[in-house]
Amino acid sequence: MKNYRVPQEVNAGSMADIAFLLLIFFLVTTSIENEAGINRLIPPDIIDTHVDIKERNLFEISINNADYIMAKDEIIDSKNLREKVIAFIDNGGVSSEKEAYCTYCKGNRLAELSENPDKAIISIKAQRNSSYPVYVTVQNEVIGAYNFLRNRESLRLFNTTYEAINSQYYNEEISDYQKIKLKERLETIRALYPQKILEPETVNN
Amino acid sequence: MIKFTKYRFSKSLPPVSTASLPDIVFILLFFFMTVTVIKNQNLLVENTLPTATETEKLDKKDRVIEIYVGRPSTDSNSNLGDEPRIRMDDKFITVDEVSDYALQALALMPQHLRSVATVSIKADIGVKMGIIEDLKSQLCMVNLLKINYTTFEGEALSDL
Repeated sequence: MKNYRVPQEVNAGSMADIAFLLLIFFLVTTSIENEAGINRLIPPDIIDTHVDIKERNLFEISINNADYIMAKDEIIDSKNLREKVIAFIDNGGVSSEKEAYCTYCKGNRLAELSENPDKAIISIKAQRNSSYPVYVTVQNEVIGAYNFLRNRESLRLFNTTYEAINSQYYNEEISDYQKIKLKERLETIRALYPQKILEPETVNN
Repeated sequence: MIKFTKYRFSKSLPPVSTASLPDIVFILLFFFMTVTVIKNQNLLVENTLPTATETEKLDKKDRVIEIYVGRPSTDSNSNLGDEPRIRMDDKFITVDEVSDYALQALALMPQHLRSVATVSIKADIGVKMGIIEDLKSQLCMVNLLKINYTTFEGEALSDL
């Protein structure tokens, strides 16, 4: 009688355990990437710059050592900061006969806030002992205010948000033609609401 | 007469095959291998980033210079005190050395990336603004003006 040999099967039951061990090893030694942050351009190191700014066009934000935030001479909460900054930038206070009149602004056109978004300057000052998260929060709110206004104008002009255009522009897969078009749009919106943020030297005390 | 009970007694349920279990686990493994990065070597400083909402992604690693600021972590250096320190290039450096090290890092970059180099400041939430301001003026001196305050995504600090 012929001896039928059934080929021996390798037991794969422990394979799962090995794979689990590998999986757990990778879970422990790696971390999911979370690299994101607030991009800022700090002003270059020029010493003798003297520009006269009207007081109404300057929105001063200061943070003191006790982490209180002061904006336009009153202590405010960081939650209200964004609203205030938006109201300031979007004010468009110049009368409609003048050349600098802001046609797209939707602000209240008050006499004590900025003349138009192009002239509006925001200054963020911090003392040496104020804490970093508060500073980041203030930066965040100011940039949030700009993004809000830019999004609004972008929706009006191009029917997409500014952030969508921005992320599309940095996408590698688009053609050169599209890139030029997107760049034009970005520049149009940036020209409507240019970011003018000053960061003067901290006060020593 | 048909015996309905025939199979019930003669055969038990076949065992569930676990042959595909390794495959499933391997798929999981490959997923994790692709979406994660291997942790940085010992950080030396405490590093809990603040949170912000208006963040932009910092995905192009080749043009980023990293600076960590924080107080020395307790497990590795117990004799260094509580003052926040700057860590660059895997070691502690003083504020005055920041510009030198930044230029060094810049010199290691390919030529076409130098003009778009970004400095990522990874500062701990316990850091005061003084050291950050010094850092900024140092970077300003060597004309590295693109700064990224690296944060976690999330609701910005609300209880001040």
